[in-house]
Amino acid sequence: MRSLRRETAAAWILVLPFVALFLAFTAGPVLGSLGMSFTDIKQRDLRTPFAVNGVGFDNYLKALSDETFRQAAFNTAYFVVIGVPLTLAVALAAAVLLDRGVKRFQALFKVGYYLPVVTSIVAIAVIWRFVLSPDAGLVNTVLGWVGIDGPNWLASKTWAMPSLIAMAVWRNFGSAMIIFLAGLQGIPQTVEEAGQIDGAGPWQRFRYLILPLLRPTLLFTSVTTGIGYLQFFEEPFVMTQGGPLNSTVSVSMYTYQQFGFGNYGLATSMSYLLFVVIAVITFIQFRLLREK
Amino acid sequence: MRRTWWIYLIAVLGLVAVAAPFVWMLLGSFKTQGELLRVPPTWLPQAPTTQNYDDLFNKANFPRYFLNSTLVALVVTAGNLAFCSMIGYALAKLRFKGRNALFVLVLATLMVPGMVTFVPLFVFVTNAGLANSYPGLILPFLVSPFGVFLMRQFFSGLPDDLMDAGRVDGTSELGIFARIMLPLTRPALATLGILTFLGSWNNFLWPLVIAQTEDKYTLPVALALYSTGQNAQNFGLLMAGAVVVVVPVLVMFLVFQRHVTKGIAITGLK
Repeated sequence: MRSLRRETAAAWILVLPFVALFLAFTAGPVLGSLGMSFTDIKQRDLRTPFAVNGVGFDNYLKALSDETFRQAAFNTAYFVVIGVPLTLAVALAAAVLLDRGVKRFQALFKVGYYLPVVTSIVAIAVIWRFVLSPDAGLVNTVLGWVGIDGPNWLASKTWAMPSLIAMAVWRNFGSAMIIFLAGLQGIPQTVEEAGQIDGAGPWQRFRYLILPLLRPTLLFTSVTTGIGYLQFFEEPFVMTQGGPLNSTVSVSMYTYQQFGFGNYGLATSMSYLLFVVIAVITFIQFRLLREK
Repeated sequence: MRRTWWIYLIAVLGLVAVAAPFVWMLLGSFKTQGELLRVPPTWLPQAPTTQNYDDLFNKANFPRYFLNSTLVALVVTAGNLAFCSMIGYALAKLRFKGRNALFVLVLATLMVPGMVTFVPLFVFVTNAGLANSYPGLILPFLVSPFGVFLMRQFFSGLPDDLMDAGRVDGTSELGIFARIMLPLTRPALATLGILTFLGSWNNFLWPLVIAQTEDKYTLPVALALYSTGQNAQNFGLLMAGAVVVVVPVLVMFLVFQRHVTKGIAITGLK
């Protein structure tokens, strides 16, 4: 009755459209970029991508010895090291607040906090350029009330990166918050009640009971947020174009700039370097946070 | 009960911090250029005007961009729903050679940065003569590893007995998929559909490089070019443009938010 042959035939019909599109638009380009990263392909070779010269590891060496690329690597690390913990902390605080504190209008707050996640980065950029603008901006106006003369955030070498981090936290914490909420709802009330009977205060209960039980959720959000932030691109792309003086250029941003200059070989080697770093860091995160 | 008021105060302050820029944008879109530049800035428009929206739809070609965005997002969403549910079902419920290898491949692609495929994809699409065309905008996004993963997880949770019942009745394998199993995944399809639509609507970088003439622009591309080009000083127009990009998806999100948050909690991805 259950024929393996019929099943296999049906399976291939169902799988075929995916495989065709996947080969053409994902697997092909992944292999293509690996190949390109070892050639001197430039924009002028766009129509003849197979008639270019192999250059071995030249592109990789060039990238690694490029001053701006190193600056971009530093900026990306800065963004990830500050941005990921900050995003997760805000997300976790918001999730605990909504799950344990706010009983009425919970859906309203949840949706409100999640709104930036579903909003186009371009629209966000339009708003935030105003929020951060030196004279008429929202931030400097509020600072002015308490007598602080705020800087020109996006034009300052010191403040441009923190501004983009703040914007990224604002924009992204909602998606980690939703996952934390799901994790928190999976923890039975009895766990906390037991802690309460043993005389543990709210902070102790959170630190020693809730947080360890959230470990799998924490692993998940740190991995996905980490992967996303390592590819830091849209904020500098729409806000600063990597400036001032390359202080906000990220690896993805610099890769895109090299693409814009027509240096396709160099651009692909940079994106592969980023890919290797993402794979390694993801692997390390799994090892560190895996349940014992 | 007494100690809950300050918890609500914190929650409301958080909401204000998150929502203030949106509210400011919405109010700003009804202000005149002069009022937008005033120091210190105003909250409520002092002489509310719809001039910015008039300009947007009459002088700038926003109806066209709106149509392009809608068309691309609808086709991409339909493709994802069809193709991801098909392969998701095969991966979860059917025996065939290479099934595990295919699934591992899908999972691995979830980790590849978009930048890695960007340049060769651009070379390929350009060489295929698809630059500045709707197929060029749509084809690379018709399937997503995330969608495959989501649908596979949902199909895995459905009992095999249903399939066997269909087989006893003489339904074909494809009939079992389409008529018995697929209707049961409606929650998953809703989640995938909404997330795909949002993703496509907000997609920016690919349309920016592929749409080369104005008649193929999507909304984010048009807005970005307006905010850097000669219109960059027309802040009211920019605010109104941002509202036109954001409000449709916000309304859609509010209507379907239950599905979205549930689906995100289940799968854990943005």
